Amino acid sequence: MAECHPVGFQWVMEAKARGAKIIHVDPRFTRTSALADLHVPLRAGTDIAFLGGIINYVLANEKDFREYVVAYTNAGTILNEDYRDTEDLDGVFSGLDPDERTYDFHTWQYEGMEAQAASGQRDQEYQDKTGGKGGSSSSATRQSGHGEAHGSGGVAISGVPQVDPTLQHPRCVFQALKHHYARYTPEMVSDICGVAPDTFRQVCELLTENSGRERTSAFVYSVGWTQHTVGVQYIRAAAVLQQLLGNIGRPGGGIMALRGHASIQGSTDIPTLFDLLPGYIPMPHAHSHQDLDSFIQAESTKKGYWAEMRAYTVSLLKAWWGPAATPENDFCFDYLPRLTGSHSTYETVLAQLAGDCAGYFLMGENPAVGSANAKMQRMGMANLEWLVVRDFSLIESATWWKDGPEIETGELRTEDIGTEVFFLPAAAHTEKDGSFTNTQRMLQWHHQAVEPGGEARSDLWFTFHLGRIIREKLAASQDEMDRPILDLTWDYPTKSSPTRPEIVEPEAEAVLAEINGWDAQGGPLSSYEQLNDDGSTACGCWIYCGVYSDGINQASRRKPGTEQNWVANQWGWAWPANRRILYNRASADPDGKPWSERKALVWWDEDKALWTGHDIADFSASKSPHYRPPTDATGAEALSGMDPFVMQADGKSWLFVPAGLTDGPLPTHYEPQESPVPNLLYRQQRNPVREILPMVHPYDRFQPSGDEPGAEVFPYMMSTYRIAEHHTAGGMSRYQPYLSELAPEMFCEVSPELAARAGLEHKGWAMVVTARNVIEARVLVTERMTPMTINGKAHHLVGLPYHWGHGGLATGDSANDLSHLSLDPNAHIQEVKVGQCDIRPGRRPRGPARVELVLEYQRRAGITEKTGTEV
Amino acid sequence: MTAVDIEIGHRPDLTGALLGDTDPAAQGGYRDHPPRMGFFTDTSVCIGCKACEVACKEWNAIPADNTVGLTGMSMDNTQGLGADTWRHVAFIEQRKPVAAQDPGVLHEGIDVLALAPNGSGTPPEQAGITPTTPGAAGDFRWLMASDVCKHCTHAACLDVCPTGSLFRTEFGTVVVQEDICNGCGYCIPACPYGVIDQRKDDGRAWKCTLCYDRLSVGQEPACAKACPTNSIQFGPLDELRERADERLAQLHEAGVDDARLYGRDPDDGVGGDGAFFLLLDEPEVYGLPPDPVVTTRDVASMWKHVGAAALTLIGGALAAFAVGGRDR
Repeated sequence: MAECHPVGFQWVMEAKARGAKIIHVDPRFTRTSALADLHVPLRAGTDIAFLGGIINYVLANEKDFREYVVAYTNAGTILNEDYRDTEDLDGVFSGLDPDERTYDFHTWQYEGMEAQAASGQRDQEYQDKTGGKGGSSSSATRQSGHGEAHGSGGVAISGVPQVDPTLQHPRCVFQALKHHYARYTPEMVSDICGVAPDTFRQVCELLTENSGRERTSAFVYSVGWTQHTVGVQYIRAAAVLQQLLGNIGRPGGGIMALRGHASIQGSTDIPTLFDLLPGYIPMPHAHSHQDLDSFIQAESTKKGYWAEMRAYTVSLLKAWWGPAATPENDFCFDYLPRLTGSHSTYETVLAQLAGDCAGYFLMGENPAVGSANAKMQRMGMANLEWLVVRDFSLIESATWWKDGPEIETGELRTEDIGTEVFFLPAAAHTEKDGSFTNTQRMLQWHHQAVEPGGEARSDLWFTFHLGRIIREKLAASQDEMDRPILDLTWDYPTKSSPTRPEIVEPEAEAVLAEINGWDAQGGPLSSYEQLNDDGSTACGCWIYCGVYSDGINQASRRKPGTEQNWVANQWGWAWPANRRILYNRASADPDGKPWSERKALVWWDEDKALWTGHDIADFSASKSPHYRPPTDATGAEALSGMDPFVMQADGKSWLFVPAGLTDGPLPTHYEPQESPVPNLLYRQQRNPVREILPMVHPYDRFQPSGDEPGAEVFPYMMSTYRIAEHHTAGGMSRYQPYLSELAPEMFCEVSPELAARAGLEHKGWAMVVTARNVIEARVLVTERMTPMTINGKAHHLVGLPYHWGHGGLATGDSANDLSHLSLDPNAHIQEVKVGQCDIRPGRRPRGPARVELVLEYQRRAGITEKTGTEV
Repeated sequence: MTAVDIEIGHRPDLTGALLGDTDPAAQGGYRDHPPRMGFFTDTSVCIGCKACEVACKEWNAIPADNTVGLTGMSMDNTQGLGADTWRHVAFIEQRKPVAAQDPGVLHEGIDVLALAPNGSGTPPEQAGITPTTPGAAGDFRWLMASDVCKHCTHAACLDVCPTGSLFRTEFGTVVVQEDICNGCGYCIPACPYGVIDQRKDDGRAWKCTLCYDRLSVGQEPACAKACPTNSIQFGPLDELRERADERLAQLHEAGVDDARLYGRDPDDGVGGDGAFFLLLDEPEVYGLPPDPVVTTRDVASMWKHVGAAALTLIGGALAAFAVGGRDR
């Protein structure tokens, strides 16, 4: 965190100054470790074993916050009797279809109730919930490995779960957890993770002593957790632990995702992701004859706030298509594109290589350096008709066609490349109005400070005028296909500054007002609870509803913390409804009283019959803790006064996930795609449903793992990461002299032991090789890197900061040339935090010899297109 | 900030000026002046982000100057203070325990210290690994510290400057005026910390101004503004010294016995620093002189000796005349 988020780390330092203990778990000794109370180095890729070990410690020693667990989680819920755990099936859950590489999730369900996913892979349940309506799903959807349900159809979709509040029932979630994690012992943690039992016990004690009624602990993670083939399950493991310890919905608790850069939270809320619409409404799949009703029926829940999905969706359609969206035409629901499978960045690259993708926009992204298997990214771009790059500088993704690594190796020749590249300079955040949404879901408005220089323009300017010009060109079209463009509401007011009258800039606040939404009279809405499903309200993103309430930009509020209470909800604006801590009903006990005075946040005021407190309650303000729903209730009314997790169909926090995940209801330790170690817990080596792209490309060969023959050709572990000196793929730092000089060239970090073993010289050159590519780097030998003893054997890690490329002032090879495309099946993210490689002294070969060296390694390791693709 | 009254032609009162705790601005001729301002750099909370280095260069428009590439000195690639680096973050890898920290770093199979024979002071060209301070196997910590001009109470650079380019400001800080500096370079060997430096392409001397331009309009220096963890604290020196004493006591109580203040003592060889530090080890570990002395300390007595020598010479000459006269 001190490396990648130094500004945010000030609050960790402040907590430390107030007596908080900081534990840093990381394979490397970083700036964060230097300031932590305890640094725990663990083998990269083993966090679920580590966290599972803590879960086992909590369960075995009854350190859980039992009242919280019983009241607010699904610990007591009885599971379906057909459910089989990884303990029963040697590392896989019931329902695995090895040929399709998917799980049928039906056996993970509660007994007597079909639980509905509030997020994640909701389309899994499509056929069940529509009663088979809509026919079979397209084969492309299946191929993508994303959980289309292929069960019997017509399973009961509602009901009441059976709960054993004593947690003793052999099929209740609590007992399933115990069973699942019983073998995650301190010794097992030591063998798998390389963490000494003493250190591990210290972590367990610090964490449990600092959790419960009077105290809370927080987890902070970043892409060190997400960028794995089991990335989502890493976070889930932390969630299980935090639920058991009662650290969710309470001050000082929670699980904080540190995002890669500013407003990544905003770009998932109002997504740049292919499978989501604003506010986490799923993008519809291409089922035949699907209309708005069947979409809502399939994707919404019967209980909880997702039951209102029709209101959120219709309001979104009204915001986009205005008067054209009517009840008669399903509010233009058919204007929305449909998914035919996974369309993530990596499938897009494969489509480019296959010649199926003609054009590409890159806005503030440098995949030629920053995406996994960067060579594939460049080769894909070389197969486009056109490419638009909007960035501050001429980044590698804009110049690969003349000076990229493949020009040097001869794999590409500039004169043969047909891609027409347009480079459009972009304005920085200081040069435009707009908002950042941080990891606390808080929007903070920034005002333009200076006019953009030269030809640089804001993304808003570019998008608005691109849309305007396309609409002008299509104006005379009678083609139905063009209606979605022509019917868009595209009438944003514009302004120009006196000094740059030629820049016609759309009003960013007008966009914010549309996101907030308005009622039938055009008045700004103040809460998503006002949204209607009949077309009388419009709202661009239901969770942001209220950010422009009273016609005031609430995100621009800057009342100092010293002038308000410690929650400070008059600084900026947080979704939903300006609540600062999600699910904060859980900060009070079932009767509505704070668990402790020290940790009081919101509570029930019996006299006023209202929820009150320091924060705004993330709960229906007037719903008494003693409210119990009638059996036929739906939506928010179906949740009782002691169900804090209001987005969930059962109002409970899920220790066990009966629906919504593609790769299992409980986090399970699997080895990474490429690992020097066999899985010590199960015969199953890797996540069986990890996403291997449908066409394993010659540029993307996998390596043998563990004990497999050929694995010894790549004897070392590697990990890619960031350092404080640079920003992601370097577009914002390597072109700045003051930042470039701080870390002027690509380097790798190795321990003195690895240096001695591999013959590497401090400050000398080394080449790092995988089955994908070979790169070179200067060597930094440092005691901060340490060998790990795993199951009695020493293992070495090559540390690779991934910032550099061939462009800019600070240059070097790109670590991402080494990585591969085995992905997390839920989030489609690459596994770049852990892999295997060889390292040897000297500079890499130049020209065609570079490619030849990689092929020689492939031959030596016996690599074929099948290697590493086993389930 | 109110206008400052400088008495033109005022002759500084040099009583005590070269020893002990004095009011440097008053010494410099300011009759009414704001309190002496300075930095307290608490290295125990430095995270090594280098925001200070960058903010300093941005504000003061200092050229980028790394010409050597990767230095191999931990995460330090700018190497030290100089004409083009007015804030510099040092990184020191050490075999020493931080209080209550188990670093989990253990190198049993290799003689690490043989690769870095002189600890953190190993010159980069001689180091076989990132320089490491000797210590017990298993202990490890990583120190970070942001260095800067000390703005000495008794500043030798200022004493030796023949053009008046270096001057004492009303805030008690020491500033070079680049339009007056003639590049004579006298100030460079005069600095007991090796801070002030000549820029290669223009020959003039450059160093931290404690953002004199920002102070003059009531703003804090750029480095302190940018520091996310409050490692660099800016304020009236009296307050900073008080705060530093409290912080030191707190660390000692927490068992961080190594913690010490550097440049805090008005009775040290430079009369105390306007920019002082909380360190977690000996100053030498950070590349700081253990006992700096103002190099012009002996100027007064030197002048006495010069005077005596001159008198002797004059006496000799007179004697010679006398003798000569007699001879004549």
